Amino acid sequence: MIKLSFISLHSVHKSELLPGVFFTCINTDKFKSGCITVNMLCGLSHETAAANALLPRVLRRGSKNLPDMESISAALDELYGVRLEPIVRKKGEIQSVGLYCDFPDDRYIPGGESVLERAVGIVGDILLNPYMPGGNFCSDYTESEKSNLIDDIRAAINDKRGYAVDRLLEEMCAGEAYGISKLGNESEAAEITAESLTARYNEIVRNSRIEIFYCGSADFERVKAALMSALAPLPGRKEAGLPVTNIIYSPVSDTPRHFKEKLDVSQGKLTVGFRIGDTMKNPNYPALMMFNAIYGGTISSKLFLNVRERLSLCYYASSMADKHKGVMLVSSGVEFANFNTALDEILIQLENIKNGDISDWEYTAAKRSVITSIKSALDRPGGLEELYFDTVVASVSYDPVDISDMIEAVTIRDVIDIASGVKLDSVYFLCGLDFTEDNSI
Amino acid sequence: MKLNEYKEINERLYTAKLPNGLPVFVVPKPGFHKKYAFFATDYGGVDRRFQLAGKWTDTPAGVAHFLEHKLFDTEDGNALERLSANGASPNAYTASDITAYYFECIDDFSENLEILLDFVSVPYFTKESVEKEQGIIDQEIRMVEDDPDFNLYYGLLKSLFKENPVRDSVAGTVESIKKITANTLYDCHKVFYAPSNMALCVVGDVDPSMVYDIAEKILPTEKSEIPLRDYGTKEGLSPVTANISKEMEVSLPIFLAGCKLTPGAHGQDVLRLEVISAIALELLCGHSSPFYHRLYAEGLINADFSASFDSTAGVAYTMFGGETRDPGRVFAELKKELSNLLSHGPDTALFERIKKAAIGSHIRALNSFGVLAASISEGHFKGFDPFTAPVILSKLTVDDISEFISKNLVSDNMAISIINPIK
Repeated sequence: MIKLSFISLHSVHKSELLPGVFFTCINTDKFKSGCITVNMLCGLSHETAAANALLPRVLRRGSKNLPDMESISAALDELYGVRLEPIVRKKGEIQSVGLYCDFPDDRYIPGGESVLERAVGIVGDILLNPYMPGGNFCSDYTESEKSNLIDDIRAAINDKRGYAVDRLLEEMCAGEAYGISKLGNESEAAEITAESLTARYNEIVRNSRIEIFYCGSADFERVKAALMSALAPLPGRKEAGLPVTNIIYSPVSDTPRHFKEKLDVSQGKLTVGFRIGDTMKNPNYPALMMFNAIYGGTISSKLFLNVRERLSLCYYASSMADKHKGVMLVSSGVEFANFNTALDEILIQLENIKNGDISDWEYTAAKRSVITSIKSALDRPGGLEELYFDTVVASVSYDPVDISDMIEAVTIRDVIDIASGVKLDSVYFLCGLDFTEDNSI
Repeated sequence: MKLNEYKEINERLYTAKLPNGLPVFVVPKPGFHKKYAFFATDYGGVDRRFQLAGKWTDTPAGVAHFLEHKLFDTEDGNALERLSANGASPNAYTASDITAYYFECIDDFSENLEILLDFVSVPYFTKESVEKEQGIIDQEIRMVEDDPDFNLYYGLLKSLFKENPVRDSVAGTVESIKKITANTLYDCHKVFYAPSNMALCVVGDVDPSMVYDIAEKILPTEKSEIPLRDYGTKEGLSPVTANISKEMEVSLPIFLAGCKLTPGAHGQDVLRLEVISAIALELLCGHSSPFYHRLYAEGLINADFSASFDSTAGVAYTMFGGETRDPGRVFAELKKELSNLLSHGPDTALFERIKKAAIGSHIRALNSFGVLAASISEGHFKGFDPFTAPVILSKLTVDDISEFISKNLVSDNMAISIINPIK
């Protein structure tokens, strides 16, 4: 399939390279560098999340041809500092693991050297020719990266804002795959051995859906040829479908659940979780984006202007709707004593939208902000990749560029309809060790 | 406007100076939707003592940052809301030596640019609005006080510097911001927000002369003197204390080691020092260095380990930091590697590879409108042309690096800051 987007000055070409291996080529000469991502898509599960997350890290330690970090660094530096990183993403209940690679565009390389083919070759080598002395990943690399992974899982607590979001999801979606962190958990990680990881690797390269994206100036045929040669070691494969995200429309319990945790912090973190049920797959997705922008997604939103600016209750208060799972979160940093006032205000602002209290100013501001964010993502290589990745995960047929036209058509009534379906599920509060007002929750 | 072309990187830069002293820069970006405007003043957290009408004035810590928050207030509302309602994504930041206001937008660029120039140049503060902002900044200060990286960073600067204002948080403290009044803000605005002390940089598919005309129309016409600042007595290169540590809610110890350097003179020398130090740090402990690979394999550091260089307020320093089970050991290994490098000299093949990688990373950085605008403005304030970095880079020799290392990276001038998990 080929599609030319005139407003975005890029063209997109999609094709199935091998059974279950799809390639999206986003062609543009706007950027000074090109990027490639190779993503293996798995359903999130407790059994495999940590091993999946560990895989690209161990792969990045060495291949048959480049058996250690020294030789990988040397090869990447030689190509004008190609960057090659493990990448793990969570999209709804899909865990996507693989490699991210970016490199200077050939047009800017001194002396007219060509980097693309060699960079793609290294990606293929790292991914498909792993360093496996004796048929398994080497235990040295496995143990060392396992320890790094466990450190990263533990390090979530260092960023209190992110931690408060993770903890809410973990509690609110305890019975769902969505409650699983994209890195898995510590005890699952600790169980992994070189043998079990090798088995996981063999399973995933054979059976997972593989999605490859390229964004840069080289044309489709050239990148495809480079990829086909890099993918040559890929074992025989069958068709592979997309893992599915289970959407829950109503709160798990009749009354909202409250979770509280104490840590040595001087500012409290309040995270509020809602069920929406609408996702990118629904025709009303543009209205969902508009709702989020009006409620708490921008600095002209109700949460920003009321919780922060009018009441000075916090330094930040914002909402985020997961486009694949139909869950919305409000995240805020507040004084311990203001916890109830802030929560009340967060809920009042939602009620206001349900009651149709949306000014023309708010509506226009939200519309312009959503359109700006989509169009400006088209101006970043990573932004473009993510836009197309999301449409692939949601298996929608429209081009992400078209969403901006769909946003134009959203009415205030559509936004109220979305708000009416939003239901409070859970509240999480991170407070200080000496916070004693336990009747507040 | 004057046009400079940089053919190898396919960039063009238009420059001009308004009669009021404001330099205007435009980088045309045909084919992009996004338009980006960056309006910055050569004023940051370190500029606390300065000359006002011939008299030295002291101000509390945190004024530059406070001003940044408050300038968005206008007599008829709030500029943040106006820009946002007009489809722009505005933001601002205050660093130790710069305060910048910027937005990106797709449509109505000229209208948004007018709003930006207007709210930054016309202050409007009241007693009430200043008091209200104290509440918000108070929360921001508490938020960063819980941030281990913030504590780590200022811990290091406090152990390196005795009185230079770079050691104090840009946001000030809960106590220092209580001393800020509407008058403090008006005074500092008058001194530091004069067009001659600022820079305007636009990146995007826009007409350069339109940018110039709007700036001329909106901004005040008088040309003021650039204010003199005082950063205290010149400090020696020895740190105040060799180590400092604190316990916080972190999973593993984090550390940041630093080394005081002899600051570069004004102009191209500053850029040259930046470029040389970046290469020297890569050779010493970058992700391609034997040091990094050895410590990584031993499990002493992970991929977060990094090194950087900074120069401001008459001082310069390098930093090395990451996460580790044994900060003392990493610090000792780093010093050992340094003395190794000094006695054997840098590996020539590694040097050539790192140079190639650095060229690639300069090319890549040109994708970011924000990085472009910030480096052009910083270059203007410090007197260098950031687009010449690749040229400096291509001419560097191993001897330049050896000289830098032996002169600057001296163990006695180093200190380490550590945040340990709570026991």
